[in-house]
Amino acid sequence: MTLLALEGVTAFYGPAQALFGVDLSVGEGEVVALMGRNGMGKTTTVRAICRLIPARGGLIFDGHDLTALASHRAARLGIGLVPEGRRCFRDLTVTENLTAAARAGPWDRGRVEALFPPLADRRRQRAASLSGGEQQMLAIGRALMTNPRLLILDEATEGLAPLVRAQIWDAIARLRAESGMAILLIDKSVKEIAAIADRATLLERGRSVWSGAMTDLTPELTDRYIGV
Amino acid sequence: MRGMLVGAMLLAGLVAFPIWAQAADEPFLITLATRAVILALAAVGLNLALGQGGLVSLGHAAFFGIGGYAMGILASHAQSYAPLMEWPFVIEGTRSMPVIWLVAVLASALAALGIGALSLRTTGVYFIMITLAFGQMLYYFAISWTAYGGEDGLSIYVRNGFPGLNTLVPIEFYGLCLVILLVVLAFHAALIRSPFGLALNAARQSPERVRTVGIDTRRLQLAAFVLSGAITGLAGALFADLNRFVSPSMLSWQMSGEIMIFVILGGAGRLFGPVAGAIMFVALEHLLGGVSDYWHVFLGILLLLVVLFVRGGVIGLLAGARR
Repeated sequence: MTLLALEGVTAFYGPAQALFGVDLSVGEGEVVALMGRNGMGKTTTVRAICRLIPARGGLIFDGHDLTALASHRAARLGIGLVPEGRRCFRDLTVTENLTAAARAGPWDRGRVEALFPPLADRRRQRAASLSGGEQQMLAIGRALMTNPRLLILDEATEGLAPLVRAQIWDAIARLRAESGMAILLIDKSVKEIAAIADRATLLERGRSVWSGAMTDLTPELTDRYIGV
Repeated sequence: MRGMLVGAMLLAGLVAFPIWAQAADEPFLITLATRAVILALAAVGLNLALGQGGLVSLGHAAFFGIGGYAMGILASHAQSYAPLMEWPFVIEGTRSMPVIWLVAVLASALAALGIGALSLRTTGVYFIMITLAFGQMLYYFAISWTAYGGEDGLSIYVRNGFPGLNTLVPIEFYGLCLVILLVVLAFHAALIRSPFGLALNAARQSPERVRTVGIDTRRLQLAAFVLSGAITGLAGALFADLNRFVSPSMLSWQMSGEIMIFVILGGAGRLFGPVAGAIMFVALEHLLGGVSDYWHVFLGILLLLVVLFVRGGVIGLLAGARR
């Protein structure tokens, strides 16, 4: 069953149009990758889904028209965002970051700490003093504490050391295997994504130009649209 | 840890000082300490909006004054034996402090709900301006409200009563005010550690990120603003009872500014910041006010120094950075 469906979505930053028609779907329990070069509209698409910028077109989540909702209402329907650049609440501790976002459901602090053991050792430490990798773990943990049905990870491994990247990818794989949560991944790491995602959608200049199974994503397509 | 120690020392001082003043037969100093405690309570209220929520309200005197007028109006009717309202039902005035506090808290919370609901549609400098405008609106209304003294204000002959206490004895009234301050501080401490307080703090840092975890930031800030206004309103009722007088000056923008100075001087967002700020203000007013009529110049210099060189106000200086 389709959880998230975008059809011909357009969005603007003031007078400048950023999305010209994005089609995208994510099914229950499915992992979908949204890929494209920098500036092609990946983060804008995420912001449109999360209602952080106004958008037009078909934007349906679990039967609800997202375009009619405020951002906090979209989140309450079950959309959990791990934003680009991590963006934890810097002045709050690890525990406070998690508690501030908590909503009832299977994900609680214990489960988040089991997924990311380093967070358990840093409970009373302020988010601003954590390493980049730990901040990323905290950002994912904070989104999980909202008990989402769809987790959106926007460049979750960007700017991290190879070892930490491997840890994050491993956690995402465990999330998929253990929780069956639907995940929308925005990343440029084709190799890692290929190992985890079911399907991919490619963006080019604010338009979705290709959608299909990960196995059908040919090197020609990645060369042309992702540039790797 | 150091923050708690500084707070404990501050509270110990608030207990010890009036005991010493009583022993030294200096009732005026007890009244001065009462003034500091009540102003601290008003600032604790503002600190919830300003320090925790980042809502720079320059209209908190509105709530302080509403609390004051709640006391003045109820007590003046009790004094004249004229009912406050006769139709559709009779409401008499009262001299009971608990009833007055309840009315002051409810009236100022209601005012904060209305003012907050409109003001929170704006941010930044516009929020400052709109809260200031609401404050001034109420100030001019009070000036023209001749039924309750207009510009001259309203005097109450006898301080209102509290069961089991003689509130006219300075140290007994001081004790009552101190207990209220401690209860509100304990409530404030619990609130900032609750999910509500954490979300409020997070919303100050980034409202957008808080919305993406499913929290309605405007409703969150409005709730904080209402609580903040209610606490400041309670302080207003006590302040009017201390002076046995209420006047439009309690609603003036200068009063809003003073409450903000207590918070900034002591340390915005710090639990004991407003308490330290109010004590310093009252002490400076007493000590320097005797030396020069222009003592505000020294206060201005001190405020400049604190803002420029001390992060986290006086509490930040003594207790170090947050956490």
